[in-house]
Amino acid sequence: MAKSSIKVRAKVKSGEAKVKCLISHPMETGLRKDKKTGKFIPAHFIQEVVCEHGGKTVMNAQWGGTISKNPFLSFAFTDAKAGDTIKVSWVDNTGKSDSTEAKMK
Amino acid sequence: MKKIATALSVMLIAATPFAAQATPDDDLKAFRSYYTNKFPDVPVNDFVNGVYSIDAASREQWEAFEEFPSYEIAIENGEEKFNKKFANGKGYADCFPNYKKGIKQNYPYFDTDSGQVVTMESAINKCRTDNGEKALGWKKGEITEIGAYLASLSRGQTINVKVPNDAKAMAAYNRGKKHFYAKRGQLNMSCADCHYYYSGSKIRADILSPALGHPSGFPVYRNKWAGMGTLHRRYGGCNKQVRAKPFKAQSDEYKALEYFHTYMSNGLEVNGPSQRK
Repeated sequence: MAKSSIKVRAKVKSGEAKVKCLISHPMETGLRKDKKTGKFIPAHFIQEVVCEHGGKTVMNAQWGGTISKNPFLSFAFTDAKAGDTIKVSWVDNTGKSDSTEAKMK
Repeated sequence: MKKIATALSVMLIAATPFAAQATPDDDLKAFRSYYTNKFPDVPVNDFVNGVYSIDAASREQWEAFEEFPSYEIAIENGEEKFNKKFANGKGYADCFPNYKKGIKQNYPYFDTDSGQVVTMESAINKCRTDNGEKALGWKKGEITEIGAYLASLSRGQTINVKVPNDAKAMAAYNRGKKHFYAKRGQLNMSCADCHYYYSGSKIRADILSPALGHPSGFPVYRNKWAGMGTLHRRYGGCNKQVRAKPFKAQSDEYKALEYFHTYMSNGLEVNGPSQRK
């Protein structure tokens, strides 16, 4: 199995979950030129990041080419319990996607 | 009269290399006490955290980064690449038999046989070329990932760089020392100007980090680079910032500088890889 491109760490404190994700992705804007050939490097960036908890979407982010390479994402949501699983997934502009599941501490 | 003065100064110049030849150990003591006097509240080993050891506000941000650091990806990739065998069936582990115990603390060392300073990066690439593989780029990419993995295994070990009793080793050490204290570039600044005399002062919106402990955290994930880089990549950047022409990574000049620079941090802990802004 290929290694997941998403690393997730989540902690629950009095019902509030704090989630941190680190995604490996080139996040090319499409506006950079290859120094050697002088041609544009094709755009390749994540467009949507979704986090699901118990079948419910708790976070949905619409991204574009302005987000940095290997993005770091941190967010919080309520009504969580330690031991719950969350699912984080992304879709990029080339149609590729990846997802991972993690247990909250 | 003038003649006598010239003669005297010539004599003085000729005499200084012998008279002012402090041993590396003396240098280290003076270097160390300068920082401990300047920042009396900072525990000596905390200098490995660079500017974050002396500024509380930056430290807070940095600690948030270190909770889930960006270099973790590099460590994982590095481990994978380190364990992958070369085409001839050998691997990095054959070149670095003690890697699990940590080896970063012993680099750079002086190889008396070749008369060269050996850095961890040069050892990695030597391992590759000896086994018929292509050498890696010196500043970023795969070499930093393997470096990050090796450094992560060396965490907590104390830096132990030796200057053997060898004329060439002393020459390399002194060359590095000279680079550190010599002014260069259009701005006429030395490494020491910023990171010794003015460490802790503001340079525009940033605070200058103390040179003590600098090398312990490399390779680093630098937010500005959005990626990993080696110490020599940073040296090049520093030289450019004072508008000097940077030397090549792993050139004798930077190797000598790394030798001196790391020797000054002897006894501190390795905490690479680390995250820097």
